[in-house]
Amino acid sequence: MGKFKKLQSTAVPLPIEEVDTDQIIPARFLKATTREGFGDNLFRDWRYEPDGTPRADFILNNPIYGGQILVTGRNFGCGSSREHAAWALHDYGFRVVVSSFFADIFRGNALNNGLLPVQVPESFLQDIFSAIEADPGASFLVDLEDQRFTIQATGQSAGFEIGPYKKLCLLNGYDDIDFLLSLRKEIEAFEERSRV
Amino acid sequence: MEKTLFDKIWDAHVAHQVEGGTDVLYIDRHFIHEVTSPQAFDGLRRRGIPVFRPDRTAATADHNVPTRNQHLPIQEALSRFQVDKLTENCREFGIRLYGLGHPYQGIVHVIGPELGLTQPGMTIVCGDSHTSTHGAFGCIAFGIGTSQVEQVLATQCLLQSKPRRMRITVDGELQPGVLSKDIILYIISRLSASGGTGHFIEYAGSAIRALSMEARMTICNMSIEMGARGGLIAPDEKAVEYLRGREFAPRGADFEKAAAYWRTLYSDAGARFDTEHHFRAEDIEPMATYGTNPGMGIGISQAIPGPPAKGNGRTFNKSLEYMGLRPGQKLAGLPIQYVFIGSCTNSRIEDLRIAAAFVKGKKKADSVYAMVVPGSKQVEKQAEAEGLDRIFREAGFDFREPGCSACLGMNEDKVPIGAYCVSTSNRNFEGRQGPGARTILASPLMAAAAAVAGRLVDVREGL
Ligand code: SF4
Repeated sequence: MGKFKKLQSTAVPLPIEEVDTDQIIPARFLKATTREGFGDNLFRDWRYEPDGTPRADFILNNPIYGGQILVTGRNFGCGSSREHAAWALHDYGFRVVVSSFFADIFRGNALNNGLLPVQVPESFLQDIFSAIEADPGASFLVDLEDQRFTIQATGQSAGFEIGPYKKLCLLNGYDDIDFLLSLRKEIEAFEERSRV
Repeated sequence: MEKTLFDKIWDAHVAHQVEGGTDVLYIDRHFIHEVTSPQAFDGLRRRGIPVFRPDRTAATADHNVPTRNQHLPIQEALSRFQVDKLTENCREFGIRLYGLGHPYQGIVHVIGPELGLTQPGMTIVCGDSHTSTHGAFGCIAFGIGTSQVEQVLATQCLLQSKPRRMRITVDGELQPGVLSKDIILYIISRLSASGGTGHFIEYAGSAIRALSMEARMTICNMSIEMGARGGLIAPDEKAVEYLRGREFAPRGADFEKAAAYWRTLYSDAGARFDTEHHFRAEDIEPMATYGTNPGMGIGISQAIPGPPAKGNGRTFNKSLEYMGLRPGQKLAGLPIQYVFIGSCTNSRIEDLRIAAAFVKGKKKADSVYAMVVPGSKQVEKQAEAEGLDRIFREAGFDFREPGCSACLGMNEDKVPIGAYCVSTSNRNFEGRQGPGARTILASPLMAAAAAVAGRLVDVREGL
C-alpha cells in the first residue's frame, strides 16, 4: 500500500446521496480474481450506455472535471461489502473521497487500500460543491497529518476524523496484516485462555 | 455492571487491545465464497503464510453459480474460473468446501445455521455484508472486505473498534398476512437506509420473540440495509431446539453444556443502549418498496410520498424516475413482469412453504415469469420431499437449483431493462438484478400473490 501524507488536487463533483457499491462497481464485473483493472468499470451503468458508448451527462465523461478527489453526497458506499468498490475508485485514480457520511464497511475497505475517506459537515460539503461549480479548476488541499481539508480559493477548511492507528498506517503505508501477524503470541495466549 | 448481549459477546472475544480504542477481535467462525476470497488467498501466497486456523473457516460457491444444470461444468468462462479458483484455494490451504454438487452447498448465510456452524455467543465474519443474518442466533456476525478476509485467514483476528449499541423493540401481534420481512422493511422505512450506521442492533420485544428462527434470520439479514454493522437477537429455547442435532452442533452432554451457556446470553435488565427505538406490530402492513434503496418502502395500502424534507430531492427524483413511478401513486395494482423468490433473506424452507401454500392450486399470471430459488441443497431436498417443487411447477413457476441468482444478477438470472420484479431479496438498488431492472422488495407471500395476480396486490384481501 502506498503512503499518503498530503494531496493537492482538483475534484470531481457527484452530488448524489446513498451511492451504493452496486453503482460504484456492478456485480457482473466482480468475476476477476485479481485487484487490478476495476477502474474501467467504475460507475459502469451511469457512465456508459448498454452498448458501451459514454453517456455525455455523466460527470466522469465531462472533460471539464478531473482530479484525484471525488466529492459526493451522504451515505456513500452503502450496500454490499465488496472491496472491489474501493479498488475501482483507486484504480481509476481517486485517492480521496469526500462526503458528509460514509457507510461503515466501505470506510474500512477504503482505508485498507490507501483511499482516504474524508467526512465533513453537510454545510461544508455544500461549500465544496459551490466552489467546484464556481470554478471546475478549483483546487483543494487534503492534509492527513493535520486532518484538515481546505478549499484553497476561499481558504475555508474543515477538520476530519481518522483513528490514530489507521492514520499511522496510511502515513507509513503499513497494513493491518503486518500488525496482526506481530501479535501471534497474544492471539495464541487468548486461544489458550478461552478454551476453558 | 449490567451488560448488553452485544457487550457480553464482544468482551469475551477481545484478544488484545490497541491504543486509541481499537480491539483485536478473535473470530470463531469464518465463511468464505468465490467472489470476495481469491485476492485474499493471493495475499497469503505472496506473504508465504498458511491459514492460521483452517478448521474455523468454511467455504461455499453461491454468488456466481448457475441455477440450472449444476451437474454440468459452468458455461460462462469467467464464472467457471472463479469457482474453480475457490476449489483450488480450499485444497491448497486445507479449508472445507461445500462446492457445487455437494449436498450441503448453498447460499453462505443459509448453510451456516442449517449446518449448526452458526452458534450463539460466537463471533462470525464473511466477506459479505449479509453476514448479519447469523445474528438471529445471538452472535456478533458482520460483513468484511477482502483485505479483512485475508487478515482473518492469516490470524483469525480483526482490528475493530466497538460500534454503538441500538435496541429496536417491536411489541404486539402481527396482523394476518404480515411476515417478518414486513417488520424489517417497515423498520427500515422508518429509520432510513442510514438510520443504523455506526451501530450494532439488538432486536427485542414480544413480536420478535414470537418469530421462528427462519423469520428472525430475515430480520437480522437486513440490518445492513439500515447501515448497521449487524443485528442480533438473544437466543432462546427456539434457538437451542433449532440447533439440536445439526451436523456441527455439539452432541450429547456437550450440547447441554453449550445450551446452558447460550441461555446466559441476553441483555441484562438495566443495560444501557446508545439508541433505542420502539414499534408496534399492529401498525405494520404488508410492505413493498417503490425506490432504489431499501428505506424507500410503504405499506401496500399507501401512496408513494413526495421527496423527504431532509436530504436532497434530486436523489429522490432520480430514484423514482428510474423506477418509472411518481409521488401520489399507489403500488397496489401495479402490473409486474417478474417474481423472484429466493436470496439469503427469504429462501429457507419456511419461506418456500409460505409461498407454496399460497400458490397451491392457483396459476401464475401469463404476463409474469416467476422463479423460486431455494437457499441451499438441503432446502431444495426438503422442498422436494414435501412436494413444494411440484406445487410451484404446477402453478407455472420455475423451480431452480440453489444460489444467489437474481438477487445480484451475477450469473445469467437477470431481470431485463425496465421490467418490474417483485423480489424477496434485500436490495432494490439500480441495476442490482440486471441493468435497468426495477426491483420491488416484498415478503414471499406478497411475491407469490403478485405472481398469481400479475400485479402488486394486498395479500390481506385474499386471506
Ligand atoms: S443472496 Fe444476495 S444478498 Fe444474499 S449473499 Fe447472495 S448476493 Fe448477497
